[in-house]
Amino acid sequence: MAIITTPYEHTSSKIHPLKFALWIAMASMTMMFGAFTSAYIVRQSAGNWLEFELPNIFFVSTVVLLVSSLTLHTAYRSFVNNMEIRYKSLLVVSFLLGITFLILQYLGWTSLFSVGIDLKGNPSGSFLYVITGMHALHIVGGLAAMLVGVLIAFTRKYKITQRRKINFELTLQYWHFVDLLWVYLLIFLYLSR
Amino acid sequence: MAEVTKYNEEVLIEEQGFDDQFHEHHHGDKYQSSFIFKYIFSMDHKIIARQFLITGIFWALIGAAMSIIFRLQLGFPDESIAWLKPFLGRWVQINAETGIGTLDSQFYYALVTMHGTIIVFFVLTAGLSGTFSNLLIPLQLGARDMASPFLNMLSYWFFFLAGIVMFYSLFLSTGPFSGGWTAYPPLSALPQASSGSGAGMTLWLVSLTLFVVSVLLGGMNYITTVLNLRTRGMSLWRMPLTIWAFFVTAIIALLSFPVLASGFFLLIADRGLGTSFYLSDIFVAGQALEYVGGSPILFQHLFWFLGHPEVYIIILPAMGIVSEVLSVQARKPIFGYKAMVYSILAIAFLSFIVWAHHMFMAGVNPFISNFFVIFTLIIAVPSAVKVFNWITTLWGGNIRLNSPMLFAIGFVSLFISGGLTGIFLGNSAIDIQLHDTYFVVAHFHIVMGVAAMFGMFAGIYHWFPKMFGTFMNETLGKIHFWLTLIGAYAIFWPMHYIGMAGVPRRYYRFDGFDAFGQFTVMNEFITIAAIIVFAAQVLFVVNFFWSINNGKKMKTKNPWGATTLEWTTPIEAGHGNWPGKIPTVHRWAYDYGKDGKDFISQIIPLSEEEKAEEQHH
Repeated sequence: MAIITTPYEHTSSKIHPLKFALWIAMASMTMMFGAFTSAYIVRQSAGNWLEFELPNIFFVSTVVLLVSSLTLHTAYRSFVNNMEIRYKSLLVVSFLLGITFLILQYLGWTSLFSVGIDLKGNPSGSFLYVITGMHALHIVGGLAAMLVGVLIAFTRKYKITQRRKINFELTLQYWHFVDLLWVYLLIFLYLSR
Repeated sequence: MAEVTKYNEEVLIEEQGFDDQFHEHHHGDKYQSSFIFKYIFSMDHKIIARQFLITGIFWALIGAAMSIIFRLQLGFPDESIAWLKPFLGRWVQINAETGIGTLDSQFYYALVTMHGTIIVFFVLTAGLSGTFSNLLIPLQLGARDMASPFLNMLSYWFFFLAGIVMFYSLFLSTGPFSGGWTAYPPLSALPQASSGSGAGMTLWLVSLTLFVVSVLLGGMNYITTVLNLRTRGMSLWRMPLTIWAFFVTAIIALLSFPVLASGFFLLIADRGLGTSFYLSDIFVAGQALEYVGGSPILFQHLFWFLGHPEVYIIILPAMGIVSEVLSVQARKPIFGYKAMVYSILAIAFLSFIVWAHHMFMAGVNPFISNFFVIFTLIIAVPSAVKVFNWITTLWGGNIRLNSPMLFAIGFVSLFISGGLTGIFLGNSAIDIQLHDTYFVVAHFHIVMGVAAMFGMFAGIYHWFPKMFGTFMNETLGKIHFWLTLIGAYAIFWPMHYIGMAGVPRRYYRFDGFDAFGQFTVMNEFITIAAIIVFAAQVLFVVNFFWSINNGKKMKTKNPWGATTLEWTTPIEAGHGNWPGKIPTVHRWAYDYGKDGKDFISQIIPLSEEEKAEEQHH
């Protein structure tokens, strides 16, 4: 079926509508995590709050995620600058780093569990699992988008089209967003134990 | 004297319009020909608007019918309702000796809960803003369609799915969720708390999570379309107030619904994963539960952080529609256009910092309550600005008292009556007496329930020709209006008195309380009024569906003589709205009665005098 091609050229703003829609979606995800962290503060101030150290593995996973953002960004630069090999390899590397992040998060959860911080029990632990778990779900979404990117990179002929560029930019911006979101959550969880 | 220039609209659009290389049936478009893709999985915003509207009407009938059943219980608790047995099955218990059928008390709570959920979310959120945002945003802005027609289609289908899940929950053997539409824990968090808290609540959560997805997809689209796809010349300050209202509504929805989702996720964790976010020290059937350290107030904070903006998500689109209808049908420019926009923005901002006024009696620190009291009362200021401007728009107007106009004026009446009682309830001290009584029920039903319905009716009667190419029957429309207006006041006005006397809401029957015996007749009166109003709505639905095919045909493109762009499209507009070029906009949306002309469409270029005047400013 044909889709109406909406004209974007005559509008004064240069932002692509889909990119703008993504930013709006990011604003509402920010509100969602804002609600989680506010609930955390409200509940914490009510007392009966178990304090515990964050596992060190969360800091390792943070580095991995930051690197993946960097590699994905470089992959995008390579894509638009006609560097096919570098684009493809860095895209795969970013995808694998994303998977690594999830594995590290899982290891972080198991190490917490091993010192007795359970999902059930004191809400301080429950909050940590729910917040990091919801973030991990958002990472999965980003990985799904990246996987589509990888499939397209290896099944279709390399060609810089407007459509592929926009889709890549959307994936990239979303990935930067979940990356920054994690940095915020980590700092929040670290400071407000 | 201004020279008299006659414009032909088609010629004007052809000459001045923006050519975006649009061809209605380009590259062998099968899209319009197949029934499934034209009417069911449609990506045309006009069809999606109709889908939202008709689904909304379906839910409105169910929600209203539920209210009739529980009103029968409240008005006539001793009458037999055995005749409802075929519909309600085992929820009506028939006494074997006397043959008297009574409503199951658990099911009474389920009815109240479902009535609230359905009307608030499915009718007044999806049915109202879903319908008119979809219909009017592209049409009034001069866009071919939404920014992403595909996401727009998904938005409807997520709503549809949410509806299916909720509908299914009505038929569970344990009944639908019965803990109130606000879903406070522990009733919502413990599956064993009541019969509706099990599977019924699970389906409620699934349904509303799907609904949040639908709202977010729709809202993203509305905001993007308004900011990116306006036609040439359509600056923000030339947009009709309808668009301003839908735009701000979408922003509120996008910022508040995710918070509700967060609250739901924590609730789901409490229900399914054994966490204790909202639960602490609970005994069920004499058994102590394991949950420790949670706080039910936390859920209230998260819920009302959505819940209060939600009432503005409901009322702002109605306000936008009413502003437009009043101006068009009074043949006058809207009074104080910019003040209207700023008051919408002010209301939107304030809506985020007043949520705790729903929790004055829930153990919130009284000193903190003071801030919420002040911000709540400040909302009266922009609201009063709007009311003043509506009335001054009517002042000296050439008023056509047709159905859309009647409903728009009715909206203003209801908004004033209902808004004034908000000042009582916004005071935390008076709330000690009034909280959880029928006074609250009366307040929010008038100011947001009935008023928003009136906004919706005004919009339906006004844009029905745009949607279906025919007019609704005027006589039936007027009967519908008068029955509904008088009936709605007859239902909710007495409730204020009942509430001031302290009669609590959500009670199954009152004959156990001597003090409330005096209200028996009043409750009977309310129930009878409710039945009459319900009959009037059935009349509306009949009129609606009958008029689609049999109504008076629309002969000209612009039957109301309105200035906005939706009336420059062909009567049967295809996907893409304008067959050739998109019109260019030269002026704001409210040039009525200017320079001796009845109205000047937005696409008419400025005259020399107007240009000179514009330079002057």
